[in-house]
Amino acid sequence: MEEQDINIKITDRDGVTHDVVAPTDMAMNLMEVVRSYELAPEGTIGVCGGMAMCASCQCYVESDTELPEMQDDEEAMLSEAFNVKDNSRLGCQIQMTPEMEGLIVTLAPES
Amino acid sequence: MIKTDILIIGAGPTGLFTVFEAGLLKLKCHLIDALPQAGGQCSELYPKKPIYDIPGFPEILAGDLTKNLLEQSKQFEPGFTMGERAETIEKQEDGSFIVTTNKGTKHQAPIVAIAGGLGSFEPRKPLISNIASFEDNGVDYFIKDPEVYRDKRVVISGGGDSALDWSIFLADIASEVTLIHRRNEFRGALDSVEKVQELKSKGKITLITPAEVVNVIGNGKVEGVVVAQSQHIEKEFIVEADHFIPLFGLSPKLGPIGNWGLEIEKNAIKVDNALDYQTNIPGIFAIGDVNTYPGKLKLILCGFHEATLMCQAAYKIINPGKKYVLKYTTVSGIDGFDGSRKESPKAVVKAIN
Repeated sequence: MEEQDINIKITDRDGVTHDVVAPTDMAMNLMEVVRSYELAPEGTIGVCGGMAMCASCQCYVESDTELPEMQDDEEAMLSEAFNVKDNSRLGCQIQMTPEMEGLIVTLAPES
Repeated sequence: MIKTDILIIGAGPTGLFTVFEAGLLKLKCHLIDALPQAGGQCSELYPKKPIYDIPGFPEILAGDLTKNLLEQSKQFEPGFTMGERAETIEKQEDGSFIVTTNKGTKHQAPIVAIAGGLGSFEPRKPLISNIASFEDNGVDYFIKDPEVYRDKRVVISGGGDSALDWSIFLADIASEVTLIHRRNEFRGALDSVEKVQELKSKGKITLITPAEVVNVIGNGKVEGVVVAQSQHIEKEFIVEADHFIPLFGLSPKLGPIGNWGLEIEKNAIKVDNALDYQTNIPGIFAIGDVNTYPGKLKLILCGFHEATLMCQAAYKIINPGKKYVLKYTTVSGIDGFDGSRKESPKAVVKAIN
């Protein structure tokens, strides 16, 4: 683990929790971390490539990590998505920064 | 029966460029796409967004790339079956394939090139337990013929451009239009939002927000929907309607292609990347985002490369033993199937005295 890496916990759609190490210096977002560890099958996550246009990377945030504020496009997408809860966010809009250390999320069901 | 040399499934950038490369080899193409317009994801998901990694274009809008690709291949006169999804494939005794769409259109070709991207775009259906039993009985996910709704009571749900635009359009046709959205805010072109506001003020559209359709009621066909509204206090009520149109966007699914006997890995079709991007079934190729091989990258520019090599292999299958060498368009120009010719201007040989 390198100095710039952070630790996060991701529970996949089968309920299995994975402790993963994510780099903060590669401009990666949470959706891309999930893809890089192959925690969800290709084609079921990050379908739009990360433009907040498909909600395939919806997740529920379970830690009290201070997240980047939701932008209009993310909010609009979540207002049309299914299985949305109060703690829903789009993984593609959560950048891996040192502040995300200790983040705990669960992937929302595929819809 | 539509007959062609290369039947391309998917009219996205990779499929469109295949028409050009095939045309250089005098092979004709026909494209099938589930969407009504060409461009695939570039048109459906992000037509107004820039792409920065198309070689030679520092920046190009996805919609413009589609337009350019159509222009680039138009002299090779591709055929299109749009708004239909390729459903079944049958191998014929002569080695050719017949591909039939969900609407029964049949296509025959010796070569099939699957350029299906992420799959065909299917409507995202709201999680309402009994909705399936009303499909085609008042519940529609697409609007094909607006006349169906003339003098009918219509409920539309969704908060994006299509929900707004169809509410506006149907306001003049239907007897009642009710638009239901989970939030007060809509995401759409500003003028669409303003137009809905105006029609609401005139009483031509009833707006119910923040609210959600939670149930469909009716005996065999839609007679109304149950709406849950959560402004101030939670309440549920019935809106009488003849049609319920949920418009929550589209999501791509590999769909029927997954049952064609092709080797699938990671929701993609395995191909031979060492040679020609052929699948495990000879004569069927997979190019662009829909395929997978070691080191695969889902990039438009990789799709262009794969299409080019695939066309060379298709030529050899269609013209066994026939000689051919790669030509440069700069040297030999382009002869269109429409009789047009493009070529570089001849250099002038003239003495300078």
